[in-house]
Amino acid sequence: MFKYVCKRLLLLVPVLLGVVTIVFLIMRVFATDPSENENILGKYATEEVKIAWKSKNGLDKPLAIQYVNYLKGIFSGNFGNSYRTNKPVMEEISERFPATIELAIMAIILASVFGVLIGLISAVKKNSIFDNIGMAIALIGVSIPIFWFGLIIIKIFSGWTGLPSNGRINSVFRPEDGTGFYLLDSLLQRDFEAFWDAFKHMILPAITLAMYSIAVIARMTRSSVLETLNKDYVRTARAKGLKENTVVFKHAFRNALIPIVTVIGLQFGSLLAGAVLTESVFSWPGIGKYAVDCIQNSDFPVIQGIVILTATSFVFVNLFVDVVYAFLDPRIKFSSKKGE
Amino acid sequence: MLLEVNGLKTEFFTKKGTVKAVRNISFGLAKGEILAIVGESGSGKSVTSLSVMGLIDYPGKIVGGEVVFKGKNLLKATKRELQKIRGDQISMIFQEPMTSLNPVQKIRDQLLESIKVHMKLSKKDALLRAIEVLKLVEIPSPKTRINDYPHQMSGGMRQRVMIAMALSCHPEILIADEPTTALDVTIQAQILDLLYDLRKKIGMAILLITHDLGVVAETADRIIVMYCGRIVEEALVKDLFATPRHPYTIGLLESIPKLNEDRKRLYMIKGVVPDPFSIPKGCSFSDRCEHCMEKCKHNVPALIQSGNQKVRCFLYGDALEEKNE
Repeated sequence: MFKYVCKRLLLLVPVLLGVVTIVFLIMRVFATDPSENENILGKYATEEVKIAWKSKNGLDKPLAIQYVNYLKGIFSGNFGNSYRTNKPVMEEISERFPATIELAIMAIILASVFGVLIGLISAVKKNSIFDNIGMAIALIGVSIPIFWFGLIIIKIFSGWTGLPSNGRINSVFRPEDGTGFYLLDSLLQRDFEAFWDAFKHMILPAITLAMYSIAVIARMTRSSVLETLNKDYVRTARAKGLKENTVVFKHAFRNALIPIVTVIGLQFGSLLAGAVLTESVFSWPGIGKYAVDCIQNSDFPVIQGIVILTATSFVFVNLFVDVVYAFLDPRIKFSSKKGE
Repeated sequence: MLLEVNGLKTEFFTKKGTVKAVRNISFGLAKGEILAIVGESGSGKSVTSLSVMGLIDYPGKIVGGEVVFKGKNLLKATKRELQKIRGDQISMIFQEPMTSLNPVQKIRDQLLESIKVHMKLSKKDALLRAIEVLKLVEIPSPKTRINDYPHQMSGGMRQRVMIAMALSCHPEILIADEPTTALDVTIQAQILDLLYDLRKKIGMAILLITHDLGVVAETADRIIVMYCGRIVEEALVKDLFATPRHPYTIGLLESIPKLNEDRKRLYMIKGVVPDPFSIPKGCSFSDRCEHCMEKCKHNVPALIQSGNQKVRCFLYGDALEEKNE
């Protein structure tokens, strides 16, 4: 298992190299010249200023040289500075990424719990009213535009319940110099008021973000459990005189988990990449909205940094899912042992 | 009789129409007896066995008759009562040992599961019982094999585990639905020997479902031959092989290759098993039968006594089946 994980981590290198190359090229080809951008050099920058700025940032060199220089920087841990703020890219990102991670974790927990629950009930009570309601929810979940759903949920729930719909935390409570994960920071600092406030801020955006994943996970759970319910070993379990609940959970659901875990992993991976619409609607200071801003402003180093980070987290989530497989299904564990 | 099935009818309500898989079947199973139900695929033999266990799934439904086990009609029993009987007093093994065990659970857990549900034993005693049954089905070094996963065992081993699981709570009836079909011939013989020995050792009755008359000849006491959901012949094994009555049974026996006969071509019953939606109106076998008479096409013969055996054919009497299917 350890060997397998190491192998997979090594594979990260070519993946990231490919990702970096593609993003680098796309930005250089399609984005506007950053020196022409008003948010970087201002509206009235002269030609001389622009040329000086370009040469300072190495943008006057041939593309290949720029590329090699960028790679060199990455390997020494230097991702460059943002064109707009001049702060190091990693600093810029680390201010925002925890917000996205925190929200993504919350959303995926919601999505897994409700998605699996809805899917399981739909499968066990196939063709019943529960099944129809569950699948209707799933259909709504995949087809509803997320920004619209966000606005509606603000309109309805924020009014009713007084839940905040704006930002991560009331600035009074903002935890100072911690990890950037407000829930974690406030807990560590034993500031439970702050924790509760941060938690409340998270509820509406998390529900909005989870809606689509709930739908996907519910559908996958339903079809996967329906399939295992028809398996011979489920009939064996019934013939043993087990209670229906035991049959469903221990035999059908347990065997249905692999595809379910796979979609949960994929959903989580894409949530980590940031949710532009949800973050915009709820003014959530995460990475998704920030990335779009950077693209619009041709802030090359930051975009590249974000893409590398997102790709890395996606690879790690997938790796984690693969490791979980081995625990879910002994056949996978043993065959990988044989393969070594 | 330990188990009595009276007028059992099981139907499947599909989109294309209703399939009458089991049409008014009655038989009894005595204590310690091995009764074989023989028939081609689609004859209703597996559905019969699943009906006895109450394991018929949607869209199938038992629409009539009774299954009386020790004086109690199982078809009227509650879910909980059935769960108590299943795996305890009546247990079942299936055709596909490769897929009949849960692939993500150790043999140990799967064995202990039914022991825990049905027998009030301490953890330690339950484990001892599990090892004991594995020994009973002749699995070598059961103490270590019990920690295996199903995929670490061969098909024959898995079928032994299935049998062990079925035997673990001292059942009075074992229903074996094609227990050897998926296994190769040498393993088949081993499993059959095992079942035969176990019957002697434990004294349980076995309902053996198979399409293989060779299997029956070696193990069973009595045979029921099924065709299109009906019993066409019922006899003791020795009688059936000596004097088969029904043209279908005769055809089946003829189509088994024999060692001491020099024959170029194996006998074949003409035609195929009819589509379940278009079974002949009269005798179900009429369109394939060499002795088919005019009345066979319109009337269903009753199951009548002929010598030591029962047969459903107009060649042996004119009685008609009552119209209560």
